[in-house]
Amino acid sequence: MESKTSERKQLLSKIATGNGHGEDSPYFDGWKAYDKDPFHPTNNPYGVIQMGLAENQLCFDLIKDWVLNNPKASICTIEGVDEFKEIAIFQDYHGLPEFRQAIANFMGKVRGNKVKFDPDRIVMSGGATGAHEMIAFCLADPGEAFLVPVPYYPGFDRDLRWRTGVQVVPVHCDSSNDFKITRTALEDAYERAKEANIKVKGLLITNPSNPLGTIIDRETLKGLLSFINEKSIHLVCDEIYAATVFSQPGFVSISEVLEEDPECNRGLIHVVYSLSKDMGFPGFRVGIVYSYNDAVVSCARKMSSFGLVSSQTQHLVASMLSDDQFVDKFIAESKKRLAARYKVFTQGLEEVKIGCLNSNAGLFFWMDLRHLLKEPTDAEEMALWRIIIKEVKLNVSPGSSFHCPEPGWFRVCFANMDNETMEIALQRIRSFVVQAKKPKVPAKEKCWHGNLRLSFKASRRLEDAIMAPHSMSPHSPIPQSPL
Amino acid sequence: MRLLSRKATCNSHGQDSSYFLGWQEYEKRPYDAVRNPTGIIQMGLAENQLSFDLLESWLAANPDAASFRRDGESIFRELALFQDYHGLPAFKKTLAEFMSEIRGNKVSFDPTNLVLTAGATSANETLIFCLAEAGEAFLLPTPYYPGFDRDLKWRTGAEIVPIECHSSNGFKITQAALDDAYESARKRNLRVKGVLITNPSNPLGTTMTKEELNLLLNFVNAKDIHLISDEIYSGTVFKAPGFISVMEVLHDKKLENTDVWNRVHIVYSLSKDLGLPGFRVGAIYSNNDTVVAAATKMSSFGLVSSQTQYLLSALLSDKNFTKNYIKENQKRLRRGHEMLVNGLRNVGIECLQSNAGLFCWVDMRHLMRSNTFEGEMEIWKKILYDVGLNISAGGSCHCSEPGWFRVCFANITEDTLNLSMQRLKNFVISLNSSSSQSHHQRMNNSRRRSLTKWVLRLSFNDRAPEER
Repeated sequence: MESKTSERKQLLSKIATGNGHGEDSPYFDGWKAYDKDPFHPTNNPYGVIQMGLAENQLCFDLIKDWVLNNPKASICTIEGVDEFKEIAIFQDYHGLPEFRQAIANFMGKVRGNKVKFDPDRIVMSGGATGAHEMIAFCLADPGEAFLVPVPYYPGFDRDLRWRTGVQVVPVHCDSSNDFKITRTALEDAYERAKEANIKVKGLLITNPSNPLGTIIDRETLKGLLSFINEKSIHLVCDEIYAATVFSQPGFVSISEVLEEDPECNRGLIHVVYSLSKDMGFPGFRVGIVYSYNDAVVSCARKMSSFGLVSSQTQHLVASMLSDDQFVDKFIAESKKRLAARYKVFTQGLEEVKIGCLNSNAGLFFWMDLRHLLKEPTDAEEMALWRIIIKEVKLNVSPGSSFHCPEPGWFRVCFANMDNETMEIALQRIRSFVVQAKKPKVPAKEKCWHGNLRLSFKASRRLEDAIMAPHSMSPHSPIPQSPL
Repeated sequence: MRLLSRKATCNSHGQDSSYFLGWQEYEKRPYDAVRNPTGIIQMGLAENQLSFDLLESWLAANPDAASFRRDGESIFRELALFQDYHGLPAFKKTLAEFMSEIRGNKVSFDPTNLVLTAGATSANETLIFCLAEAGEAFLLPTPYYPGFDRDLKWRTGAEIVPIECHSSNGFKITQAALDDAYESARKRNLRVKGVLITNPSNPLGTTMTKEELNLLLNFVNAKDIHLISDEIYSGTVFKAPGFISVMEVLHDKKLENTDVWNRVHIVYSLSKDLGLPGFRVGAIYSNNDTVVAAATKMSSFGLVSSQTQYLLSALLSDKNFTKNYIKENQKRLRRGHEMLVNGLRNVGIECLQSNAGLFCWVDMRHLMRSNTFEGEMEIWKKILYDVGLNISAGGSCHCSEPGWFRVCFANITEDTLNLSMQRLKNFVISLNSSSSQSHHQRMNNSRRRSLTKWVLRLSFNDRAPEER
């Protein structure tokens, strides 16, 4: 039987049978633990609270109102059905002109109108997930590499590498300077790649950062531009969290810095964007590649055939994002609510002497639990993490899953729950810290391990989330949901 | 140093072919009954526009599905957040049932074996990523949909080796052709990983016979390779013989739980049967758990919008609607097909006998000046520029014989179809009396063509749509 299975496996590609999809990481165990025992205020008040999911659920009331008041935005309502046929047959990979225009406008507004985006450079993709893979296919051949500063979003391992054959070379960052990207670290990474005979084709940054929640300052961005120009490599900027910058200093996008640098080879600059975080629409799969390189726009556009945005969704988004009044109100209100959440959490944690990296963006904060580790090792971090899941009943994301070189950091999401749940989460953390100060009892690790190693098949039998409007956000072991 | 990847700078995307050229010319001066009555009529687009009224009346009667409401409650938030690559369970269930209904309920599909993808374009590419390494090959019967060159080869690095089919037997697949193709791959040092068929066929419009399907199953079984059956046109079978899905044959031959059962995969989409290409709804169906698992993870790169999944799950769960739609749609397709076939016959042009699809496979060999692909291109250009019809040349579908063209009928009104037949009639008459064409007229025509070609070359990198 075994030989038959392996024989059968040989008939499939290495991509299909390998683990390049990245889902074997222990990172997903927390997800599974949550799935098995999800918190619910009345049905399961002692369940696991999901704080490993970087979703923005704070402003749905605004969007719901808009949708109710704008029936024409749907092609299925009486008001909008006249356009049904046109939209339903529209499969042009250029995308609806009004969609591109609306996205370009939105991207400009999110950057305080300090830069303008050309709708003709906007290329659709299957979410930012699709955008990253597409850009990797356009810029690099199998075996070539991208430099990526750590800590970084675990999904990049799949998006940049899995089907493309491209490699990732980490750029070292640590807390000694608040995880900023330094020239030394970049040069070091570049050299390492060179020594290993790996050709570096580009640098990928996420700004604002996931998991740090920090933004890159203007000087550093300029430094990055100078580095990539010197090495003649591409710069891909994932600005998926651009509208989540909730306090000063303000967001500086690469586009802004580019305008101030006429010497820069614009053909090296590409932006990845999506509506999944800023608007809270991950289900709608609206990914964007914006490139300053004509050949890349042209190639990416053809590749976008593999992940176009549903025309029904393009139509809705075009309508919504061209409502200037709504957009302005939404961006401002979203920031306000994110700032308020951030404040409540970080103050609450401060009270129990838990520090976070100073940050002003994203849907999460980078929590410092190094002082709770017995030793500064990944194993200890994982042990602590299991305790947080089992005893504190919170799913947070361990820094090691983001390739963080310093053990003890955890990403904690705060924008995917209501106020009541937030209070409960804080309370649990407080209790845990107080407890942790007491003499430790060795954790029953073996028992843990068994509980967490659930198969993915269990989650496939989960009910349609739509049937339970009060349930937590849809759960699945897919890489992009928690991230 | 080369700044972009090889994939970005090569032309494996396949968009340099005439298939897309015609589209571009159409875009420049599209026919409109009122605003541009002498414009180009689009007959190169395999779209189903015949039954939108049925969809629109369903929408009018079902306002909740439209406005993110279920039983009056807003579910916008839940939909907006739903990004599970397993897909909306309600949608997969109704899609599986719809697929079954199209096959006369002779086979049933398990929703857990369905993987949703952004259109069949993505489904086909994803399957190749799962089944083949770069440099390995799939055998495809010719003629085939030009988009396969991009979908199966471009980013995967896989190869296509043609299974040559000929008009001598109605382009059916034969054992000899399969063996030749396999041998041809071997000579090129290509390891064959499978066969990909489109059933019903694009561009032929024919359904595969049980004999052909048996032949294929025996072949893939003997060679230990996969069979992908792209059944995107399964709902467009409008007359006898009916549609036989490869799944049906597997059942009849009691091949469940054999090796070959795990190597047969179906691709589907709602772009043709329901006429919704803009919504990007594709699917892979496989009994192979490993393939389903891998393809599901890969679908992250092109999920179906939850908004769309929700709308369609409501639509497809209305069994009265689906039953009526399938029947009525097929009726209208049959009518359009008849009009085209008869219209062509009236000017002495025959079509391959067909019973499915949104197009006819038209024989214009007798109109060519030489029995070559150059001769075919000459006709194609005349039909595009002089007659004002954009049709698809067989060469762009990798047909081994020049002189065949795919002509679509389901994306235009009956009036437009009649007009196109009228124009064609005039063209054929003029061909027959070509010596009476004045020197002056010839000069004008060729000047217009050169100018157009020159203009085409400038704008050509710019646009090319999605279509089959």
